[in-house]
This record gives sequence, C-alpha cells and structure tokens, in this order.
Amino acid sequence: MSDNAIDEISRGPAANVPAEVTDAWEAETPASRGPGEVRAVLLMARVTFREAARRKILWIAAIAGFAFLALFWIALHAAIKSSVRVPVIALHEGMQMMTMMVLYAGSMLTSLMAALTSCDALAGEIASGSIHAIATKPVSRASIVLGKWAGFAGMITLYVLLVEGGSIAIAAIEGGLAAAHSGAVLGLIWLQAMVLLGVTLAASTRFSSLTSGAITLGLYGLAFVGGWIEEFGAVRHVPTCVNLGIVSSLIMPSDALWRRATYLLQPPLLGAAGASPFASSSIPSHAMAIYAVLYAACALILAQVLLASRDI
Amino acid sequence: MATLTIDACGLRKRYGSRIAVRDLTLQVGRGEAFGFLGPNGAGKSTSIKMLLGLVRPTGGSALLLGQPLGTREARARIGFLPEHFRFYDWLSATELLLFHGRLCGLKEDVLRRRVPRLLERVGLGAQSSKTIRSFSKGMMQRVGLAQAMINDPEILFLDEPTSGLDPAGRKLVREVIREQRDRGATVFLNSHLLGEVEQSCDRVAFIREGRIVGMYQMGAWQGERTDVEIKTSHIEPSALERLAGMARDLRLDGQLLRLSLDGEDRLPGVVRCLVESGAEIFSVIPQRVSLEDLFLKTMGPDPGL
Repeated sequence: MSDNAIDEISRGPAANVPAEVTDAWEAETPASRGPGEVRAVLLMARVTFREAARRKILWIAAIAGFAFLALFWIALHAAIKSSVRVPVIALHEGMQMMTMMVLYAGSMLTSLMAALTSCDALAGEIASGSIHAIATKPVSRASIVLGKWAGFAGMITLYVLLVEGGSIAIAAIEGGLAAAHSGAVLGLIWLQAMVLLGVTLAASTRFSSLTSGAITLGLYGLAFVGGWIEEFGAVRHVPTCVNLGIVSSLIMPSDALWRRATYLLQPPLLGAAGASPFASSSIPSHAMAIYAVLYAACALILAQVLLASRDI
Repeated sequence: MATLTIDACGLRKRYGSRIAVRDLTLQVGRGEAFGFLGPNGAGKSTSIKMLLGLVRPTGGSALLLGQPLGTREARARIGFLPEHFRFYDWLSATELLLFHGRLCGLKEDVLRRRVPRLLERVGLGAQSSKTIRSFSKGMMQRVGLAQAMINDPEILFLDEPTSGLDPAGRKLVREVIREQRDRGATVFLNSHLLGEVEQSCDRVAFIREGRIVGMYQMGAWQGERTDVEIKTSHIEPSALERLAGMARDLRLDGQLLRLSLDGEDRLPGVVRCLVESGAEIFSVIPQRVSLEDLFLKTMGPDPGL
C-alpha cells in the first residue's frame, strides 16, 4: 500500500465510543464483591502452605530434624544405660545439656527454614508476574501478605512442634526430665522464627529473593554475634559490650529469644559455666520477649504496607 | 452514548526521571472489543497495569466500570490474562480455576458448574486433572484465559493472549473475544499480532512514547479511494483511454495494471470495460490499507527496540 493512500486516512482520534455497542449487561451470576478478608487469607494461607511444603529445603530440614531426634534418642538411651554409677544430679545436668544442644540445632534449622522458604514468596511472584493474576482479583494486598505469612507460619509451627517438641518429649520420656517451661521454650523458638519470617516477607516486597534471604540471615548473624558480645560483657562485667548486645537484640531480637529459652531450660551448673550457645549469663528480660512479639507484628504490618504501596 | 466501561483522562506514570506514560486518554464502551497497540517500550504494559490497579498513576484520572482504579468493586468485575501467565505448577487445571474462582468470591456450586465448562471452552477438558507443570506454553495461555473468565468479567483484559498459541489456539482466542463481546463484555486487547487485532476488534488505539497518537474504528481508515491491481493481457490502447476516464493514476507494467478508483463500487465497470475490449483478466485485487500499514505509518521509522 502506498504512503499516499495512508496519508489520505483521517488521523483524528475517534474518541467517541460507537453508539451501537450495547448498554445491556447479562452476567450469568451477579458480580461478587470478593471472598472477604478472612476467606482470602485462608485461601492464600492454604495455597502457600502447599507451595512451601514442596520446597526442598523444608524436606532437608525435616530429614535433618528427624535425624537429630533419632540421634538424640539413641544417645540419651545409651548415656542413661552407661551411667548407673553416676550421681543423679550430674546425669540430669548432662541430659539437659544434650537436650539443649538438640534444641539449639533445631532452632537454627527453624530459623534458616523461616528465612529461606519465604524469601521467594513475594519477591519471586513479583519478578515472575504470577502475582498479577492474584492482585487483580478482589482481594486486598494486605490479605495476600497475611495469607502467605499464615501459610509459612503454619508450616514453621508444625516443624517446631515436631523437632523441638519432639526433643523435649524424648528428654521427658527417656530421661525423665521435668518439662516445666517446655511450652514457653517452644513459644520462644517459634517466636524467633516468626520474627525472621516477618522480616523476610517485608524485605521480599521490595528486594529480590536472594537479597531478601541475605538481609534476614545478615540480621540473624548480627543478632548472634551481638548475643555473644552481650554474654561476654556479662561474664567479664563490660557494660559497653552488654549495651552493644542489647542494641543488636533491638535491631534483631532472634538471639535474645533463644537466650531466654536457654535460661528457662538451663540447669544451674550450666549457667555458672560461662558463655556458650547453651547457657545464658545475660538473660534477656520478659520485656524483650514482648518486644519481639511487637517486632514480628510490625514486620508483618510493614510487609503489608510495602506491598500495598508498590507498583507490581 | 453507550455506557463507558473504561474512561481514562490524562493518565500519567513517571518512574523517577523517566516518563512511561505521558497521557492516556481513552473511552471504551460496553460490549466493545478494543485493540491497544504500540511498539515495545511505548507504555502499553504500564497503561494496562494502571487500569488494572497494579500500578499507581502519577497523574490524571480514570474510572473502570464507574469505579476508581484498583477498587475491590472494580476488580470483582474484571478478568485479566497476563502476557506470560504463570502459576503454581503443582496445581491441576481444575484446582487453578477453583482457586481463582474462590479468590473472586464465587460460590462452590457456581464453580462446580463453571470450571469444567470453561476448561472445555479453552480446549483443556481432557487435561483438567493434569498438573500444569506438564502443560505446554500454549496450554498455559489457555488455562490463563479460562482463569481470566472465571468470574464472568464485564471487562476482559488480554495482554498478548496469543503468545505461544498455535493457529488453533489463536482461532480460539478470536472466538472467545467474539463471544465475550456478544454477551456484552468489553474486551481490551493488547497484541503485537496486528492481524489478530484487525479480525477481533471494533476499535483500535495506537500508543507511542506514552501517548495515544491515533484511534480508529476498525476499517474506517480505508477512505473512499481504492487502489486496484489487475493482472491482465491483450489490453487495447483504446481500453486504456476509456479507463483513464474512470480511474486515476493509471499505470501498466507488463501484465500488471495499477489504478486508483473513487470508491470500490466503480470496480465492476472497470472490469466490464476490460472484458468488452477483449482483454483477458487473471486477477483483480483491491489494495486495502491494512492495520499493519496504518500502524507502521503511524509509528514511523523502526527505533530498533
């Protein structure tokens, strides 16, 4: 076709909508206003739980958790059988020490799982565009985030109950260790994972999956080092170190929660032994646990606000 | 004036110093299939995302079904097929549609009826229980198309719906567009396949550098003048003289006679004249301005994006 012919075409935008289009609308069913907030959260939680359950890291963590439990049970059984002439108090100290080691390993696995399974949840879907089909449905972005959080939280809760609860149960069944604070200990370890989950979700609204995971693990490492510095300061009476540790706990309270859990679990002699991951000399206060709850809640709210306010 | 389903006025989107969309002003009516065309980087995706509420405009205003952009009320009444539809690949096609239907707030009994029907409609009836991991790109587009229609949308946004589809799949998309339009839904189609748009849409808008630069009723650009190519032989000079009085720009290159007519209704007279003069006619081809011709002319030189 010649350019001349095209040049003759009227170029003015036909802004008016053609009159012949129909005004009638016949939908098979009346338009819904959406599923409602609670239903939307449950729908997202369910699909997220199933998606998370397919992550290899979950199964690796689960296998590792079961291996710990099996190892722990066998070791505890063998230790008790071979300690007939050992004083009861010493035996209990040893068993508690072993229990705390297993709990510590489980806590680390839980934390890693919380960060690594969820770092792709929002960032990956934003990058791939798969969130577009969800975000254009009549559900709020806050519900999407809350649903994803609930899905991961459900998975982490099961893991904590299985591995950490299993460790405490084995210690009670095999070693007869009193589990006076077991609920609180499990709660603190769970809260530690929730803090990390909230931070990861918030980061993944704005950063890539890899960066989000790195941010969370970086903060986790900072808290870990800060916890050691605080322990050192408490043992050596160096207030600056104690204060640095507290500041790091305020930045990321994950280690403080673990140290409070160990305080609840630790035998008296272990506490006197000095700084170690299994014993606390500087005991985070009850207020720190409350702070961590608020921290986790704020991280979740931040994730909701960040996703709601960004272009996707 | 028909009921407007999309009414955008001066929508604008700026990312830092870069302006993605300068001025999106358009109105689309109910029951209309509207093509939205532009080269890469022209602002098509950003424009669609603004209308869908995925991207917040930095200027202008718009109503979707009478609602401000991004409201839950508006989103409940639209369907969207993203350019590269992806979703959790462990879901079966049925599970995927159930999930999206539930997100739309549809009741279970409605979904039980609608999901199998939609899967049949997009040609995936036999694959309903297969996980979408096993789906080809074309099958993913088909299931994506089905999820976009799960809530009987009043506006169906299709972003490159034929991407990855074979000819049968493209035919399916054309049929779906026609069906949706016939039932009164608005279809907003973004596609690089201009032939598809030409066959499916009632109107078309061109966007360039973030601005609407042309909007046409489909085919209205043809105008009165018709160029014709006639393959013929044994033309007498007297026949050419007679044709000169009926047509313009008359040229004979070997067996190919080219001429311009003031309207296609003059074409039979031209043919009759040739036949009566003893000429043999092998083909008569009116030259139409295709949408592609118009697009290329409107967009200017290829920027190589």
